[in-house]
Amino acid sequence: MTQVKMTVNGKSASGDVEGRTLLASFLRDNLKLTGTHIGCDTSQCGACVVHVNGEAVKSCTMLAVEADGAEVMTIESVANADGSLNVIQQAFQDHHGLQCGFCTPGMVMSASALLKENPKPTEAEVRHYLDGNICRCTGYHNIVKAILAASGQDVSALAAE
Amino acid sequence: MYDFDVEKPTSIADAVKALGREEAQPLSGGQTLIPTLKARLAMPSVLVSLKGIAEMRGVCLDDDGRVCIGGGTVHATVAKEVATHYPALAGLAARIGDPAVRNRGTIGGSVANNDPSACYPSAVLASGATVVTNAREIAADDFFQGMFATALDEGEIVTEVKFPVPEKAHYEKFIQPASRFPLVAVFVAKFADGVRVAVTGASEDGVFRWTEAETALSANFSAEAVSGLSVDGSSMISDLHGSGDYRAHLVGVMTKRAVAALA
Repeated sequence: MTQVKMTVNGKSASGDVEGRTLLASFLRDNLKLTGTHIGCDTSQCGACVVHVNGEAVKSCTMLAVEADGAEVMTIESVANADGSLNVIQQAFQDHHGLQCGFCTPGMVMSASALLKENPKPTEAEVRHYLDGNICRCTGYHNIVKAILAASGQDVSALAAE
Repeated sequence: MYDFDVEKPTSIADAVKALGREEAQPLSGGQTLIPTLKARLAMPSVLVSLKGIAEMRGVCLDDDGRVCIGGGTVHATVAKEVATHYPALAGLAARIGDPAVRNRGTIGGSVANNDPSACYPSAVLASGATVVTNAREIAADDFFQGMFATALDEGEIVTEVKFPVPEKAHYEKFIQPASRFPLVAVFVAKFADGVRVAVTGASEDGVFRWTEAETALSANFSAEAVSGLSVDGSSMISDLHGSGDYRAHLVGVMTKRAVAALA
């Protein structure tokens, strides 16, 4: 076992892990931050996306020991300080960007990474950026719409499908 | 996954030393290796993470005008930092996997793994790049030696790749929609002294140069020049995503598209 220390959602966190412990498992099992989901466990689906040192990564395809000393942000950090939904989360609710919600944490984390590097993406850019996030409910249309709305763009012209 | 130790050296020399341990294996971005370990297809007792080695990261231009990329440089960085000097290479890096994969996966890892459907090997081969390791420099033509096989010795790591910059180049990828890997992709690079064409995703032997097309395009750089040419489908990968003949056909189509994009 190796001790790892990192900053998770602004708070210092530590624990003993095996070499093979995934960052996703450390977050869920050690820290009980179960908002990060493990869907496919093969780095295809993106339900486990978190930010490590400001960049979106698939936490099921990174070892916990590799995140030693890093700044990690999970879906639990996204809501506003008063507990209300942040702009991306609110847009997902307003535009029906989720049904079962399993993929949503990863979608929101990917969306926030996208909007940080590209504050006003086009629809095509949003779709391209979501290449690594799979949703089996909504068919993506409303997810894309929610992200465009969260970026402050008018989505009224996009058909409600 | 079977359990393993993880070492985190901060210099190439320390990494090489750590790789001397029994059953040690290098871990770069892990975007292929970690899924492989989960499937229990490999059982290293030690993983030597190359992520902490600062001297293996970054992009620069050398005195010969070559674009030099540290082996530990992630695809996202290549996509951004090479865009001006070698746009075709930056474009390739920008479309590997997905954004989260591009934030972890590295050029050194991709080249060393030599997956028959990986993107980077085609750029390395078509550019006539040089693969630099902790021990030596290897020409691309000598480096790739078949599916998942390279000239690398046990414990040898890719520390840098040096790309001569062509006059123009284009990477045309036909995506296998589930994996985002190329079903077939072609990298065409036009240099002053000739054209190089490298194909990935297609052959049972991994990335290869389509020399017939190179000769034709060096004489006449137009899509028509390769119209009558074909590769043999019997040596192509045949699986549920496409037959060997289908891949062979795509090699021609992707080459033509790449050339047309540059005409």
